[in-house]
Amino acid sequence: MNRAALGALLAHWRRHPLQLLTLVIGLALATGLWTGVQAINAQARLDYAEAAATLGQDDLPRIEGDLSLADFATLRRAGWPVTPVLDGTPLGTRLRILGIDPFTAPQNGATPDLTDTADLTAFLAGTLVFAAEDTEVPDTLPEVRRLADLAPGLVVADILAAQAILGTERIDRMLILPDARDDLPPLADLLPGARRVEPEAGGEIGRLTDSFHLNLTAFGLLAFAVGLFIVHAAIGLAFEQRRPLFRTLRALGLPAGRLTLLLAAELVAFTLVGGALGIVLGYGMAAFLLPGVAATLSGLYGASVAGGLTLAPTWWLSGFAMAGIGLAVAGGQSLWQLARLPVLAPAMPRAWARARLSTLRRQGVGGLALVAAAALVAVFGTGLVAGFVCLGALLLGAALLLPPILSGVLSFGARRAKGALTQWLWADTQQQLPGLSLALMALLLALAANVGVGTMVGSFRATFTGWLDQRLAAELYVRTTDAAQAAELRAFLDGRVAAILPIVGTETSLEGAPGDLYGQPDHSTFRENWPLLDAGPDVWDRLASGEGALINEQLARRTGNWSGSEVDLGAGGTRKVLGVYSDYGNPRGQAILTLDAFHEAVPDVPETRFALRVPPSEVPALADAISARFDLPAEGLIDQAALKGFSLDIFEQTFAVTAALNVLTLLVAGFALWASLTTLGTMRLPQVAPVWALGLTRRGLALADLARALILAAFTAVLAIPTGVALAWVLLAVVNVQAFGWRLPLLPDPAGWAVLSLWAIVAAALAAALPVWRLWRMPPAQLVQVFAHER
Amino acid sequence: MSVRILLFLLLLPVAALAQGFAGLGQGASGFTMPDPERDLTFPADHGAHPDFRTEWWYVTAALTGADGRDYGVQWTLFRSSLAPGGPQVWMAHLGVTTPETHVSGERLAHDGTGQAGVTAAPFEAWLDDWRLVSEKDGIDDLRLTARTAEAGYDLTLHTEGPIVLHGENGYSVKSASGQASRYYSQPFYAVTGTLDLPSGPVEVTGQGWLDREWSSQFLEEDQAGWDWFSLHFEDGARLMAFVLRGDAPFHYASWIAPDGTTTPYYGDALSAEPLETAEVEGRDVPVRWHLRLPAQGLDVTVAAVNAQSWQDTLFPYWEGPVRAEGSHPGRGYLEMTGYE
Repeated sequence: MNRAALGALLAHWRRHPLQLLTLVIGLALATGLWTGVQAINAQARLDYAEAAATLGQDDLPRIEGDLSLADFATLRRAGWPVTPVLDGTPLGTRLRILGIDPFTAPQNGATPDLTDTADLTAFLAGTLVFAAEDTEVPDTLPEVRRLADLAPGLVVADILAAQAILGTERIDRMLILPDARDDLPPLADLLPGARRVEPEAGGEIGRLTDSFHLNLTAFGLLAFAVGLFIVHAAIGLAFEQRRPLFRTLRALGLPAGRLTLLLAAELVAFTLVGGALGIVLGYGMAAFLLPGVAATLSGLYGASVAGGLTLAPTWWLSGFAMAGIGLAVAGGQSLWQLARLPVLAPAMPRAWARARLSTLRRQGVGGLALVAAAALVAVFGTGLVAGFVCLGALLLGAALLLPPILSGVLSFGARRAKGALTQWLWADTQQQLPGLSLALMALLLALAANVGVGTMVGSFRATFTGWLDQRLAAELYVRTTDAAQAAELRAFLDGRVAAILPIVGTETSLEGAPGDLYGQPDHSTFRENWPLLDAGPDVWDRLASGEGALINEQLARRTGNWSGSEVDLGAGGTRKVLGVYSDYGNPRGQAILTLDAFHEAVPDVPETRFALRVPPSEVPALADAISARFDLPAEGLIDQAALKGFSLDIFEQTFAVTAALNVLTLLVAGFALWASLTTLGTMRLPQVAPVWALGLTRRGLALADLARALILAAFTAVLAIPTGVALAWVLLAVVNVQAFGWRLPLLPDPAGWAVLSLWAIVAAALAAALPVWRLWRMPPAQLVQVFAHER
Repeated sequence: MSVRILLFLLLLPVAALAQGFAGLGQGASGFTMPDPERDLTFPADHGAHPDFRTEWWYVTAALTGADGRDYGVQWTLFRSSLAPGGPQVWMAHLGVTTPETHVSGERLAHDGTGQAGVTAAPFEAWLDDWRLVSEKDGIDDLRLTARTAEAGYDLTLHTEGPIVLHGENGYSVKSASGQASRYYSQPFYAVTGTLDLPSGPVEVTGQGWLDREWSSQFLEEDQAGWDWFSLHFEDGARLMAFVLRGDAPFHYASWIAPDGTTTPYYGDALSAEPLETAEVEGRDVPVRWHLRLPAQGLDVTVAAVNAQSWQDTLFPYWEGPVRAEGSHPGRGYLEMTGYE
C-alpha cells in the first residue's frame, strides 16, 4: 500500500516538473546562500583563531617596551617564565614574520614540530622557516616548511633568524607563561623601562571583525528568508493541488497517519536533494567570494584570512540542517492541516484562497506592529544586535504590509475602473494577489535591500572621497628606514619643498583598548584641512600649546568623550579632548598630540615618516629624485593620489561582497516571481477560459497578464524605495556606528532608485514572459477543455 | 661519562645517531676530537668547549636532613652543538629526592640569547635561574640554586680535596673500539644548604660530586644503556664506576683514595650485579646492586634511597641517591638509562 500511495503522491511531481524544479531550486538557493555566508564566516573565524593561537598570544599577559634579547635573558635569569616574540613585516612583502624561541614558547598546534634534529638544527641556524600552505614566501627568505595550522600570511622563524630577516636587534614583546612563581623580583627593578600588559578579553581581531561577520550573517539570513518564500509557495501549492488526491487515497483506506508520514518522507527527500545542491552552491559561492572578503578583512582590519576554504564536516551537516529547518517551516503548516483533515473534506482546491479579508487585516496589523517595533528599537536600542533587530523588524513589517497595501490600491482601481474589461482586469489582479503576494514580498525585500545598501554605499563613497581630500592634504608621503636616513632626507629636501611635516606614532592603549597615538606639527596644512566633527574654540592654538589632544570619532563614540572631557591616552597620559575628527576606514581608536608633546610623552620614537608639501606639478619629479637618491623601503614613497586610490580600493572591496549578495537576492526574488506566475498561469486557466470564450483574444489576454505583472512589480518597487531608504538610515545611523564607529550622512540617490525600479520591472517582465507566451500560444482546444472538466 | 652523551644525543636526534653510529672515524664530522695528548688546564677547562659536540656540568649530592632522613639532589647543565660551528642548545635537569618522593625538572635554552651559558673564570654555569656559580676563585666554593614549581634547593659546596682525572690523564675510553671523552671530577665537596620540598624547607648537609665531561663521539650501536655509580665511602675514599651495557659490556672504575690519588680499572676488575628490581614507570629497573672491585677489597651492596627516582624528562632515566653497605659503607648516586 505504501508503494502505491507513494507512487500516487509522486506522480504529481511527474506531471508538474516545473513545480518540482521550483521547489528544489528554491530550497537549494535558500540553503546555498545561507551556507555560503556561513562558510565565509567560519573560514574567517578559523583563521583568526589560528592567528590568535599562534603562541596563544591573546591569552597571555605580556611585557612591552624597548626590549632586546638581553632583557629576555635578564628576566629568565631572575626566574621570570617569559618567552620572546619578534613580530614584523619584511620590507617589500605583505608577510608577517613571527620570531619565536622554540624552547620557551608555549607548545600548541601552531608551534612547529622540531623533534627531528635536522629540522631543529636548520630552524635554529635560520635556514628553515614555517608557513601555511598557500602563503607565498619570496625566495629571499629561507627554505619554507608548510604547516597547516598556521594563519595565512604568517611565517614562523627562530627569534635570531627573524632578527636577521627583519634587520633588527630588538624584540617586540615577551609573553609571560603561566605558573610564574609569586616570589619573583619586581619587573620595575629588572627592566625599568618595560611594562606589563594584561591580555584583552576576547581576541582583538575577533572583536573588530564581529560586526563585519554579523553583517554577512544578516544578509545570509535575508537570502535564506527570500529562498524560503519560494519553497513555501511551491509546497503550499503542491499540497493544495493534491487535495483531491489525498481525499481519494483516504477514501481508499490509507490512514491519515500513514499519509502524513509519506508526505513527511517526501519532505525529507526534498531536504536531502535540495540541501545537497544548496551545499554545493554555497561552497561555490563562498569560494568565489572569499578572496574579496579576505582582501576586505586584510585591508580594513589587518586580519589575515586564507583565500581558500577548509571546512569541517559539521559545516556540511549544518547545511542539511538548514535545508531541513527551511522545509519544516515551509511545509509544516501544510502537513499540520493535512493531518487534521476530515476524511471526506471537500476536495475544492483552496489554492491561494487563504487570502481572505481577515488574512489581509492580520497582515496589516502585524506589519504595522513590526514597523513600530523597528522604530522603537531604532530610538531606544543600543548595540549592534539591536541594530540588526531593527533591520529585521523593518523589513519583515514592510513585507507584511505589502499585500494589504496592494489590495487597497487594487480595490481603489477597481472602483474607479470604467468598462467591463478594465473592471475585470482590476478584479482579476486582485484575485491573483494572494498567489503572488509571497513572491512580491520577496521582490520587495530584495529591492529594499538593494536600495538600502546602495544608498549606504553611495553615501559612504561620497563622504569618504570628500574626507580623503581633506585628510590627505599633503602631496607626498615618505617613509624612511631609520633616523639616520630620515636626517639625510631632511637635508636633501631642504629648499626643495614648501614644508616637511614629520608624522610620528606609536601603538598604545587608548581608554583601555589598543589604539594609535600620533604626534603632528602645528602647520596650516592641518589647520586648514583637518576634518573636525566637534571642536572647542581655538582648537588648533590650544593643541599647539600642548593643552590637550584631538581624538578620532571612533574613540569619541566608543568612550562617550567629546571635546571638553578628559581621556586616558595610555603612553600619552591623560589629556583633555580639544576636538574630534572623522577617521573613516580605521576601526581603531586614535589620538593626536603636537609633535613636542608626543616626544615628551613617548621618547625614543624616531621621526622616520614625513608628509611633504610641494606644488602638485612638481610631485612626479620630486618623487623620482627621492627614490633615485634614497634606498627607501617598499611603499616608502606614496603620493597622495596613489594613497587615495588605495584607500578607495579598500572601500570598494568592502562593499563588493555586499553588492554581490544583493544581486543574488534580487535574482532569487526574480526567480520566485517567475515560479509563482508560471504556476498561476496553469492554475487560473478556469478563470481565463470564460473571458476567452466571451471573445477576448489569447493575445489580448496574454498582454493583460503581462501588464498586470508589470503593474504589480512597479507598485512593489514604489513601496520598496521608502523601505530601502529606511533600511539605509538604519545601516548608516545605527549599524555603522556600532560596527565601525562612525556615522555618515544619508545622501539620497533618486537616479539609482529609478534604475533599480526599472530593473524590477524588467525582472517582472522576464518572469512573466514564459507564462504569457504560453497563454498566447495556448491551443484553443486546451481552453475549451476547461469547460469539459467538471470543477 | 659518555654514557650521558647518549642521554643527551638521544633526546635530540635519532636521525643524527643513525648517521653518527657508523664509527669512530666518522664521529668527527667537523667536530674537534678528544686528544689524549692534551693536558687539561684550569680554569679554562671549567668553561665550555663549543668545538666539541657535547658537554656537561653535572652535580649530585647525597644529603642528610636535619630530620635525619636521606635526601638527594641532582643538577645538570648540558651543552650540545647541533652541527659543527652551528647552533647550540642548552638543557638543564633538576632532581630532588626524598625517601618517598622524587621531583624532576627540565629546561631548554637557545644559544646566543644569554639565557644559558658557562663562563670559566669566574666560574658560572646557568640556565635561567638554575645556576652553579663560584663563590671564590676556581671551583672550590660553589653555590647551587635551582627550583621548579614543586621543589628546589639552595646549596653551598666547599671542596675538601683535589680535582680527579679519570681514565688516562682525563682521557676516558668508553668502548673496546676506542670511543672516548675528556672527563674529570671534583668528588670532595662538603655540602650544606636548604631543600625546598612540597612539605616545607629542610636544612641539609652531605657530600657532593661534580662531573665535567665533553666529547664529540657517539657510543657504539649496541651500547643501549648504562649504570653509573659515584660513591663516597666513610673511610674517605671515593669510587666512580660504570657499566655500558651491550653485546660486550664495557666496565670501568676510578678508585679515588682519600688524598685524591686515582687508580683506573678496566674490564673484569669491576663487577656490578643487579640484585633486585623495582617497577618504575612501567619498566623493571635494578634498584639494589652487588658491586665488587677486588683489587681494592671492595664488596658492597648498593641500594636506592627511593626506588622511584625517575627523571620524567624528554629522555627519561633513573637517577637518585643510594646507600652502600658491606666492606665499605657509604653513600652516593646511581644513574641508570636504557631500561625499557
